[in-house]
Amino acid sequence: MQMAFHIVVCAGIVPDPLQTLEPLIGANGPGLRNEMVLPAVLDPWAASALYEAAALCAKCAGSKVWLVSLGPKSKLQQVMMTVAQKVSFELVPVDGPIGGFADAHATAAALAQTIASLPGLDRQRLLLFGGWESASRGAGVTLQLVGERLGITDQFQGVDEIDVREDGFFEVLERVEGGKHQVSVCAGPPAVLGWATGSLPEPRNSPQIGMANMRAMMPALQKAASVKLDANGLRYVSVALPTQQRATRVMKEMTTDEIARELVAWIGAE
Amino acid sequence: MNAIAQADGVGDGDLERPTIDVDIVCAGFGPAMGGFLTTLSRAWSQNPGDPAFESKVMPGMPLQVMCYERADDLAAGVSGVVTRARGIRTSFPDLQPEEIPMAVNVRQERVLYLLDPAGASRRPLGLRFADAVLRRLGRLAGVNNYALELPWTPAFLHKGGGLIMSIGQFNQWVSSQLMANGLVQIWPGMPVSQPLFADRSVTGLRLADQGVEPDGEPPDGFVAGMDVRARLTVVGDGPVGAVGQAINERLGMPKGNARSEWALGMKFVIELPEACEAPLEPGTVWHTIGYPEPEIFGFLYAHPDRLVSVGIFVPSWMHDPARTAYRYLQHYIQHPDLWRHLKDGTLRSWGAKSLDESGKRGEPFLCGEQYARIGEGSGSTNMLTGSGVDEAWATGMQLGEAVLQLLRQNKPFTQENLIATYEVRRRASWVEDGALRAAHGRDGFQRGFIRGLLGMALAGITNGVLTLNGEIPPATRQLRQGASRKSERVARKAATALVLEDGRPLHDALLSARGWPEIPLDGRLLISQQDALLLGGKVQAVPGFADHVVFKDMRLCARCDDHTCVAMCSGQAITLRADGLPTFEREKCAHCGACLWNCGASADGEHGNIEFRAGVGGLHSVEN
Repeated sequence: MQMAFHIVVCAGIVPDPLQTLEPLIGANGPGLRNEMVLPAVLDPWAASALYEAAALCAKCAGSKVWLVSLGPKSKLQQVMMTVAQKVSFELVPVDGPIGGFADAHATAAALAQTIASLPGLDRQRLLLFGGWESASRGAGVTLQLVGERLGITDQFQGVDEIDVREDGFFEVLERVEGGKHQVSVCAGPPAVLGWATGSLPEPRNSPQIGMANMRAMMPALQKAASVKLDANGLRYVSVALPTQQRATRVMKEMTTDEIARELVAWIGAE
Repeated sequence: MNAIAQADGVGDGDLERPTIDVDIVCAGFGPAMGGFLTTLSRAWSQNPGDPAFESKVMPGMPLQVMCYERADDLAAGVSGVVTRARGIRTSFPDLQPEEIPMAVNVRQERVLYLLDPAGASRRPLGLRFADAVLRRLGRLAGVNNYALELPWTPAFLHKGGGLIMSIGQFNQWVSSQLMANGLVQIWPGMPVSQPLFADRSVTGLRLADQGVEPDGEPPDGFVAGMDVRARLTVVGDGPVGAVGQAINERLGMPKGNARSEWALGMKFVIELPEACEAPLEPGTVWHTIGYPEPEIFGFLYAHPDRLVSVGIFVPSWMHDPARTAYRYLQHYIQHPDLWRHLKDGTLRSWGAKSLDESGKRGEPFLCGEQYARIGEGSGSTNMLTGSGVDEAWATGMQLGEAVLQLLRQNKPFTQENLIATYEVRRRASWVEDGALRAAHGRDGFQRGFIRGLLGMALAGITNGVLTLNGEIPPATRQLRQGASRKSERVARKAATALVLEDGRPLHDALLSARGWPEIPLDGRLLISQQDALLLGGKVQAVPGFADHVVFKDMRLCARCDDHTCVAMCSGQAITLRADGLPTFEREKCAHCGACLWNCGASADGEHGNIEFRAGVGGLHSVEN
């Protein structure tokens, strides 16, 4: 018989990557110009984790999804207007700073403490989901640290798929070198899964789901606990964007092979 | 089922749609809806136990108020904005500009007549002569950098005491407060396809179907749009919203009223360099006339932090089938009097929208059985003073007060009750007063630029008592109102041939054919329209929705050789196929609605050949 899971998804918010992002060094360290003005979205890796969690929840009767999100309340509220329309979950907001340069240990500590005190959470059913590189400037450490703080030793990173068997074991596909996946079989929760893109499309907006989510979401946001993140001695010497080059052409008649060949040549050119 | 059948409600009988019942459902979130929801939710939070606020559809719960907005983000709107903020300050009497990013008090204003440094503008003979004299006199006449400043700002244009804002940031600020309040739910990324009718009543809204192909056909993954039934439907979906259009179509307009006057507003938000040779003080407002064409009015507003909003309005009374916007905007910012401030700047944002300039004469029925109209789509924009945001906000407030009155009196939202509360308030307000004064203020432009300016000045100075009245034909006929010289027709044909041959944008080819200098693209401020779309507007559209721009009868398109819809499309979403017929790409559409009123091909002499329906996506910039 399939187990009912308690899936906790850690999902931070990030500036919308469509916007013009300009790094700068401010009084508090590195940041983005006008960061509070920029619209935010759910971290794309973590968003994949959320959608996968919802899909798993739908397959395994009795399962539940919590979304634990650390960020300023006003920003969380704005992001939830969109996210809440996608899948059902219980929001657990943590009112704190956002910024891509927070110390991973401090972030992990705040998240772990919040998760540990979730009422009704059954650790024996716990699957901790999140974006595998989230909140760590691509280092992939934050979710790992959350898991360790919660005493979870079965950890998978770069996950694209989870398949729960009838016997309660689940199979996990993790990305490895060479564009391949490593297949692992886990006996059961608790486990940490740091997701890559997963294999599901973004769900469509559903007004019914949105309304159902929103009823609990607004009170939760109003009661969100505040947290400060310690720098823990972390200091950034310099920050820079990768150099960018842009050339836009509108072509309608090219085949995908022709486009690919031209892109390869352009990328490889001096 | 395809999108056309769906929109007509035909063939929908077999489709099971999810349905919910709410108390109040709202179409669109902009300043008008902000005014309405702020008024409503503030009253609720002052006394949530008041029985007036108990839901009739969910007894024991507060009013169920839902608002659905097409754009992906509530901050994705576009507008100037400079406003006297009279209505806004009524709602927020202690408002400090610092609370809203990019907002600043108006500090200084200029009105400028811009001469043509490029020598390509289509000016009438009288104006050319006047320009020649002014150029010859130069500084003696007060001409500097090809610009003549009026010695004073006419009172009707004056925005002293007002605010410069970003509409996106304002909407975001308002929506955060509303959502935190808890009474209303506002859902972005949720376009409304049509109102629900029961005879002459509007009983709610239908959300757009999802999981359909561009032509509306549903493959696997189809999700029927939900029907949201409501005691009251509030329509604030702007000048080209699908709900407003459908209500006008089905229930008609007041006798003699028609939405015939339009403009396309297009703007850049530019970041000036730190070491700017000619800095602009935040709070600076410029109103310009005369360039790049006499018909095109322009503006420049200086925000804090070295940001400047600069833009133009291309009106429907510009009787030129080859009119366009983007390239004109690039020429506008290169005018010497602007360029000395803007050069070396960086494009931060770009956006465009249609303005309903009909005002009072385009006013629909403000309310009916179970529905009410607010904002620009209800004819609230004042084209004499050039203001719309504050008027829209005020109409929302007025409806909010009316609804509160009816809730407290436990009266239904019938047409009679809404007229007695909302319409009465509106008619007694400064919005109506301004609308009446402005009603004929710009009629003169249908007969020429000079006449139009005179008429506008007359109306402005006499508060609308004296005007140069005139008939305004439908927008589709205005395209050909003026005689088109043979040389211009030849140039248009040549430009179109060039577009079909090498794929360059039509607006570019048209202006080059007319002798406008090529734009020296620099990849930073002067960039191609496609790059502006991506870098500036961040335009995108998620899959799964039908195309929202539809050509009704391709046979009419086959006979058209003007292609104004192509030239005026803000995002180059409408282009020409190899066979010369138009095609639409929704991923590039900024939802400006210009196509709706820029079609000279008409089957009935009233409406163009293009339908503009509900769709998702569009601008994704929060700085417009």
